[in-house]
Parts: sequence; C-alpha cells; structure tokens
Amino acid sequence: MKPRIAPERFRAMFEPRGVLVAGVSSHPAKFGFVALHNIVTQGYEGAVYGTNRDGGEVLGVPMLTSLDQLPADAPIDLVFVCTPASANVELLRACAARGVGAAFLTSAGYGEAGPEGREAEVALVALADDLGILLAGPNGQGVVSTPARLCAQIVAPYPPAGAIGIASQSGNFVSSFLNYARASGVGVSRAVSAGNAAALTIPDYLEYYASDPATRVGLAYVEGIADGRAFFERVRAVTAEMPLVVLKGGATSGGERAAASHTGALASDDRVFDGMCRQAGITRAVNVEEAFDTAAAFATQPLPRGPRVAVVTTAGGWGVVTADAITRSELELVELPESLRAAIDERLPPRWSRNNPIDLAGGETRDTIPEVLDLVARCPEVDAIIYLGLGIQSNQARLLREGRFGSDPGIERVVAYHERQDTRFAQAAADVSAASGKPVLTATELALADPANAGPATVRATGRYCSPTAQRAVAALEHLWRHARFRQRRGLS
Amino acid sequence: MNARHARDSRRTLSEAESKALLADYDVPCVPDRVVVTAAAAVAAADEFGYPVVAKLTGERIAHKTERGLVRLSLGGPEQVQAAAADLLAAAVPADGDVALLVAPMLGATRELIVGLHDDPQFGRCVMVGLGGVLAEAVADVAFRLAPIDAHDAHEMLDDLTASAILGPVRGEPAVDRDAVVAVLLGLSRLAGDRPDVASVDINPILIVGGAPIAVDALVEVSA
Repeated sequence: MKPRIAPERFRAMFEPRGVLVAGVSSHPAKFGFVALHNIVTQGYEGAVYGTNRDGGEVLGVPMLTSLDQLPADAPIDLVFVCTPASANVELLRACAARGVGAAFLTSAGYGEAGPEGREAEVALVALADDLGILLAGPNGQGVVSTPARLCAQIVAPYPPAGAIGIASQSGNFVSSFLNYARASGVGVSRAVSAGNAAALTIPDYLEYYASDPATRVGLAYVEGIADGRAFFERVRAVTAEMPLVVLKGGATSGGERAAASHTGALASDDRVFDGMCRQAGITRAVNVEEAFDTAAAFATQPLPRGPRVAVVTTAGGWGVVTADAITRSELELVELPESLRAAIDERLPPRWSRNNPIDLAGGETRDTIPEVLDLVARCPEVDAIIYLGLGIQSNQARLLREGRFGSDPGIERVVAYHERQDTRFAQAAADVSAASGKPVLTATELALADPANAGPATVRATGRYCSPTAQRAVAALEHLWRHARFRQRRGLS
Repeated sequence: MNARHARDSRRTLSEAESKALLADYDVPCVPDRVVVTAAAAVAAADEFGYPVVAKLTGERIAHKTERGLVRLSLGGPEQVQAAAADLLAAAVPADGDVALLVAPMLGATRELIVGLHDDPQFGRCVMVGLGGVLAEAVADVAFRLAPIDAHDAHEMLDDLTASAILGPVRGEPAVDRDAVVAVLLGLSRLAGDRPDVASVDINPILIVGGAPIAVDALVEVSA
C-alpha cells in the first residue's frame, strides 16, 4: 500500500504562508483574474503575488513578469497556476527554486486532451516529483481552506468555516457542496477539486483530512477509480479515523458483463462498489443532497449508540410520516418506557399521543418543549431524537409582523414571544444533544422556505443542521447509525 | 489486466472436481457418484436411494440446465436408466470427455447462490444472494472484496433485500447463518490460497433443515 504523504507537506497547499497566482489576467471574466480576486477578497491574510506577461497591477497586486523579480524573502508555499500547459514546466522549476511546496493547476490541455496531453501530464507529474512539489490538478477548479481563509478557486462560493473536508473528481460538485454549506450554515474545513488527479488523488486528500484537526468528516465525489484494490485499502484506513461520505458517479454505467458464471453476470460495477463501501466503512450516499445532509449530520451530531429513535412533534401528520420513514429504515421507533410516559404525563394534558411519535397535540405551554426534549434525551432507551415543529410560531409571527396591524403593540409583543420561543426550542435541541451525547436532529421545510425564521436560524446559530424534510433527517440518521454500528462491531472507537 | 482476466486461458473444473475442491473449504456438498455408463448410474442410484438427480458432466460443460443436461426427481431404476442413456446421447464432440453424475435429490424451499468473482477493478470478490434459476433476474446479491472476516460475512446476509427468507419460513427452521458465513469465509480462504481460481459459482446452495448444502458448483481456473 502506498505510504501516506506526510501531513506537513499539505500545509503548503492548505495553510500556505504566501500564494503566487501565475497567469493573472486583468479581465474580470478570465480565470486568471477570478483566481486572484477570490484569494484577495475572502480574507486570506498571507502574502499574495501574481505574474503575467504585461506587468502592471491587478486588484492592487503588482504583477511580476518573471519570478526573478520576487523579493528574496517572499514566503511562497503555494503556486496557483492559470497559465497554459506549455508554460508550466518552466514555471514549476522556477517555483521549486523559490521553495514553493505545492502547486494547484487549473490549466487544461493535459490528460483530458488526448495522447499528447497525456504525455505532457506524465512528464509534469515526474517533474513535480523530482522538484518535491505537491501537484493538484491539472484541470481542477481550486482549493478552499477556511482555517487559512483561503479561497483559491476559479469558481464560487467561499463557504462558512466548519468541519467537512471535501475532495471531488468534479469541480462543480465542490461548488454544489459549498453552496449547501453556505445555505445551511454547516461549514467546510478544506475543499479541493482534484481535476485530472494526475499526481494527488482522492485518497491522498482524504488521508490528509483524516489527520487534520480541522476536519471531522470527509465528503468525496468519485467517478473512475484507477486501482480499486488500493482505493479500498487506503479508504478503509481513513474511515477508521473519521467518517467518510462518498457520492459515486457512473453508478449505473458499465452494467452487467457477459460472464461464464451466474456470479460474474451478477457482478455489476455498482454492486461490487456498494459491497466495497460497506466493507470499508464508507457511507455511500445516493444523491448530492443526501451526501451533504449526511456529512452535515456527521459534522454536527454525536454518533448514536444504538438504533432507537424517538420522534418529538407538535403536529400529528408529520410524526406519522416520520415514523413510517423510520420503520422502513434500519432505525427503530422505540416503544416509550412507562417511566418516560409518566414523566411526560406530568407536563401535558392527557390528549398527547402517549406513544412514539411523541405528539404534544397542542397541549404544550411555555416550557414544555425544552422539558420534553430533555426528558426524552435522558431516557436510556432512546438513542436519538428527531424533533419536528420548529418554527411554526415564528412563521405566524412573520405574518403578524408583515400584516397591516404589525405595529400594534399587542401584536409586536406576541411576535417577539413567538420568535423567542422558537429560538429557545432550537437552542434546547442543541443543548440536550450536547448534554446527553445523543443526536437530536431538527427538520422543517422552513429551513428552505424561510431561512430567517427564528427556528432554523437558531439551528444554524448553534452550528447544527436543520433538515428540509423529516425523511432526509431519517436518512442521515440511518447513515450515522450504520457507521456507528460498523465501528462498534469492529472495536473502533 | 493480469493473467486471471485472460478469459481464453481459463478452464472449468467438472462439477465433481469443483465440489471436491470446495469441500476442503467448508462448503457442504451433496454426495455424488461419477460414472460413465447407464448401468453404473443405476447402481449408484440404488445405493443412494430414490429419488435422485442425474447430470451430464465434463470440464467443458458449464451451463447444464440451459442445455437440458440435468434430470431431476428420478424415482426408480428404469427412469435413471432412460435418463442416463438420453444424457450420454446428448453429448456433442465439443464437450470432450463426459461422464454422468448421480446424486440424491434434495428438497428445499430456499435456495442461495454463493460465489467468487474476479472483478476487473477490485479483484476477487465473495458473493451471496438469492439462488436458483431466477437468481440473475432477481439479482438480490451482496459482494465483498476477498479476504472477508465474519463481520463482513454476516453483514452480507443483512444486505440482502429479502433477508427475511433467512428466518423461519413455512414450518422450516431459520437458516443456520453461521453455517452460511462459514461457506463465505471458506471461499475467501480459497481465494487467498489459490490465485489461479478465477471464479466459483455455487448455484444453488439449498437450505435443508436450516443448513446450507451445495447441489451444483462450478470452479473456473486459469490454465
């Protein structure tokens, strides 16, 4: 098995003291402009240099026409390459002479561009190896590292800081995940678009993330895998250290093969890949939103110790549908122990469901929801909670506030009360989770329909993830449980 | 592409040879007798007791069912005699050396398929699934890369969509999961010991009284 690249070497890429953008353009529509723009505007505090053929200044950065013009003590660790392929051999040599440890190449014209490009790519990899430069790309969209406030990419957005480490064979999926991060507030530690992955491959990045204190969960998009066996062995070592969510493209291509045996005929690419994932402890997501939902849950929730789920809801129908989803999953809808029923009885009128889902049935008063969440989380028979109904009061508060009687003092008072209540409920969900060490997931479509609603807004403020639907929360929780079970069975902490 | 993937250089072991190899790796197989004449087939059947099955077997015969080379539920000596004569007559020159395989006819409501597959991307994989003639159409299977451990093997059974059939069914006891796991671990060991084994196909492996027993098997080796 290929030895891991020492994590210190990745510091040049993810924690660079200085960045050189090669091939800067003065035209805002060009990648060479966008790259520099994104680096200098998103908070990066290291030194930034740029080169182009014309000199002058772009975005306040003086342009060098040769690396010889760099100050002798310029601390450059990363070169971000927007020059054409033909210029890159000379560029890398000059960068190596300046002590640059990592290069990110956006340049096209390599392995994706026919036999000549492939030849150039092989030569480039060999050169980078000789020079001791970590080579990302070519034909990639960039690298993001929120601990360094580094947005070295030719696409948007720059995500909030968080614990998800992204590595993708498709640059646009990096953008998708970053957009989900921005929308949900559940942030990202590092993200890289691997491009052609000529030298650094997806497992290389994931191994670094596993050793990275800023990263708690990996999120990867993969298509082709060059050496399946090596991928399996390396990624299995990664999942022993952190959860890893994988979205696989081309899952249905390849199909069944002609084979002499029944076993061979049944061995479609997808089935073998799926089995490999189970065996390696990879959490395989079926689509992009499930991939992000699940990574966000891993990043912000403790792992459940068992499959038993309690649903706490303020409305009947939601609870029923969520219970259905749990029943179809590998999770269990736990039977409420009598002691818990009795404790809830003391806080609610007798019309509450007295079963799981725990439907409060409108009987709640000011403190009921935080109290019930706390009681349920403390119950030893419950491993996880899904809480529904967050934001209802604030939704009405918005109508009251925006209606033509909104300035009425009585209405203002009620609006403030409703919003305070949803803030408390969302805070309680985070607090009882932290206190009990159990996952407490919230779900409401208001997360999308009205992100400013005090319910989902407070979930974001607590650093947690508000699922847009209960079904998606159930799917994410099921993945958490499956991973927890994988670790338990194999004695992984 | 390593040598195992060069399909042209592969040959299949006969059913009897396949079962003999697999028996060394914890795969319980139905007893059988390989004979070359109809009279010897009848003698073997008499010894097993009726009903029996008779098949035409040989290294170059892979898909016996598809070619009508399997005769089931033969209830007496006359039927064995007639079936054996038919089967011998059905051989074509391309089959090379052929023989008759006689075995007791087992009854079972549940059939699994178990196998070893050499995947071009991931190398050799162990498989378990719902077996029988509809195995490919149903395609309820789970794969793992060899070698596997007991956790993997148990989880493969959990992966099956129809894993409920492993429980008690219509008066039959639950499937002895440990015995099926032993078969999967055996195939995993076989893969480790024998780099030349390109594929194994055990279809079906019947569940009789809860225990798995292979009634047909085909091992493919690189020549």
